[in-house]
Amino acid sequence: MEFALNDILSILAATIRLSTPLIFAAMAGIFSERSGVVDISLEGKLLAGAFAAASMAAYTGSAWLGLGAAIITGMILSLIHGFASITHKGDQVVSGVAINIIVSGLTVVLGMAWFHRSGQTPTLTSDSRFMPIQLPGVDAISNIPFIGEIYSKLISGHNLLVYIAFASVAFTYWVLFKTRFGLRLRAVGENPKAVDTAGISVSFLRYRAILIGGILTGIGGTYISIAQNASFIKDMSAGQGYIALAAMIFGKWKPVPAMFSCFLFGFLEALSMRMQGVVIPYIGEVPVQFIQAAPYILTVVLLAGFVGRAIAPKADGIPYVKER
Amino acid sequence: MSNFSIELKDISKSFGSIQANKNVNLKIKKGTIHGIVGENGAGKSTLMSILYGFYEADSGTIYVNGKETTIKNSTDAIKAGIGMVHQHFMLVENFTVLENIILGAESGMILSKSIKNATSEIKNLEKSYGLYVDLDARIDTIPVGQQQRVETIKALYRGAKILILDEPTGVLTPQEADQLFDILRALKDQGTTVVIITHKLREIMDLTDSVSVMRAGEIVDSLETSKTSKEELAELMVGRKIRMNLEKSSAKTGETLIDVNKLGLTDSSGIRRLDNLNFQVKAGEIVGIAGVSGNGQSELLEILCGILPCSDGKIKISDITITPTNQTKPDKIRHAGIAHVPEDRLKRGLIPQFSASESSILGYQNSSSFNGIAFTRTDAIRSHCISIMKDFDVRPQNPDIKSANFSGGNQQKLILAREMERSPKVLLVGQPTRGVDIGAIEFIHKQIIQMRDKGSAVLLVSGELDELITLSDRIIVMFDGKIVGEVDANKTDEKELGLMMTNSHEQKNGQKYE
Repeated sequence: MEFALNDILSILAATIRLSTPLIFAAMAGIFSERSGVVDISLEGKLLAGAFAAASMAAYTGSAWLGLGAAIITGMILSLIHGFASITHKGDQVVSGVAINIIVSGLTVVLGMAWFHRSGQTPTLTSDSRFMPIQLPGVDAISNIPFIGEIYSKLISGHNLLVYIAFASVAFTYWVLFKTRFGLRLRAVGENPKAVDTAGISVSFLRYRAILIGGILTGIGGTYISIAQNASFIKDMSAGQGYIALAAMIFGKWKPVPAMFSCFLFGFLEALSMRMQGVVIPYIGEVPVQFIQAAPYILTVVLLAGFVGRAIAPKADGIPYVKER
Repeated sequence: MSNFSIELKDISKSFGSIQANKNVNLKIKKGTIHGIVGENGAGKSTLMSILYGFYEADSGTIYVNGKETTIKNSTDAIKAGIGMVHQHFMLVENFTVLENIILGAESGMILSKSIKNATSEIKNLEKSYGLYVDLDARIDTIPVGQQQRVETIKALYRGAKILILDEPTGVLTPQEADQLFDILRALKDQGTTVVIITHKLREIMDLTDSVSVMRAGEIVDSLETSKTSKEELAELMVGRKIRMNLEKSSAKTGETLIDVNKLGLTDSSGIRRLDNLNFQVKAGEIVGIAGVSGNGQSELLEILCGILPCSDGKIKISDITITPTNQTKPDKIRHAGIAHVPEDRLKRGLIPQFSASESSILGYQNSSSFNGIAFTRTDAIRSHCISIMKDFDVRPQNPDIKSANFSGGNQQKLILAREMERSPKVLLVGQPTRGVDIGAIEFIHKQIIQMRDKGSAVLLVSGELDELITLSDRIIVMFDGKIVGEVDANKTDEKELGLMMTNSHEQKNGQKYE
């Protein structure tokens, strides 16, 4: 019995750790797409953020400066995306894909130029990373059966960025639905003309939305390279930006449901790690490749069948052109 | 203070080579209702868009309340006290009424406070002008008439003292239009200046104090409404005398070409849209279908042309029989000589992104004259398009322009040309002149009557009662999916039809249509 609880707790704790970058990217996606800008460059921004954080942390030895560098990098990429797709009304998907390709190549090139390690950054020591922190009172209650164990093994013991990820969900919800900025942002993603004729600048709103997205992906990238791992590795975001995009759609562009679908993807990932080599009764050992592919198969299945009608913001992906 | 709310001096605006407004001078007195009439493309909407900051004028000056005002964008316009109810509403469909109203005019960073502040203020507006709406309803769940009210409240909430309405009645039922007029009169009584753009002369005569007529980007005259007439305005609009009443001989009917028998339709949510319809249309006559929009006329038309399957009954149309079990595809129906001019020309009539020549063969695109062995014959299609454009006076006569870039009237003429040039046996026409200017209306009406005289059976669905009365030989009135009456077009008037359409007439001669 105790063994089983331990097992479950460790899978769930892994789920939280694996979901964290997805949550950051999904919230970024919500800000961007709710304002009407499709953001396929979530992936590139995560990767760029990861690289910037790892490089800065390796250079200065400070995790916080790494985080700052990642946020600035995310914002710069957002501005590029915005310049192409908001100011010049280019195709948002093309712009996003271009950013992904640039980042994938540029991080390796810069990594080689700066650190001479075939695209990797040096392995960081623990004081230049975000390390797990103990929440207050862990020692006091960890001996209480069940509750104590959940608190000490599942809730406590993550790094700071994990908690920030959860806070970002609440933040996203509050901004979108409780503030003036959120009302306008949702409106501009549905009917930019209505916003324009109400005397609000469509472009400025959209820029602000994607900049927030840039900040969030920057934090997500930081998490990947200097919290979850101890260095930058080529293409280490490994499609998490796309998974986050799927989670966002699965969550119907709403922060809380999107967070839960991030959990779902994180859980599958965690499960697939755990299941490798495990023999399941009657089935036998499931091939590793299949388990690793499971989250992606699920993505397709969920998006194809189970989402129901995922109604995107109406103006999502359409540059706003005022005059004919 | 000046006596005039708005004064425009020498406003000019061009889009590329097209001069949309040319030296426009206009004065609108404070606290009056001023109408602007003109054909489609006469520059009315452009002029008002300049006033609301959607476009910037190339030259000229705007004075608001006597003060020279620069209006670069909507913010400037709102600041100057100008509000606009757009023809296509500027509303966020999945927002509530209240959210739409406060959007851009919130009283603070936090929404809940803005909402609280706004609610009482809006309630005051509702009371003083009779502008009642459900503030918590989502926009996409309320009817268009209500949506228009939201637009109006939006403008007033922003403190508009000058309210511009662009073609406000195009989407309204006659009753809704009357309510709107009451609201506008109430606004005027409390000192708001109202500017209404329309091409319906009846509305101008009913509602306005003064009127300006635009033609080809210029204001040709500004008049006191009480000192002018429909006929004079119409003449000013098109620049020549037009007959308001079309001459037509009496119908010479032949064989029955449409025979509808106990037709019924139940939609997917179980609502009976059409019930027990029985009527015939013979060769050589025009039968009009009257009804307040949404009473089954559109569905009837779609069943007849094969778009919608029916749930019960039987239709014989030319040589084709349609029953619930025996559906015929629209293209087969079309090729059997049954032409269809759909009600919504932009959705069903043509493809806005296609060139005129491409749109001119839609529905007939498989015809051998347009196709080679592997590819379409572009030249043949273009020359076909040019020839029908000539026949139907479609302007500009250029087959390569995008369908969307023609004016409404010319799009409609192109569709009619496409459907009529094959001399169909049966012509099904929906809203042939919706959003079409007077000159084109006259032309379209003549063409439809010509089709009749050549021996086609014409079924006409229209929301314009005068059009139905002018064109039809007989008029069938629908209400709530049923036929509630039939009248001889020569012996009826708008009043009688209006009563029948709202099902408030007395059944004549004990006739029962149930």
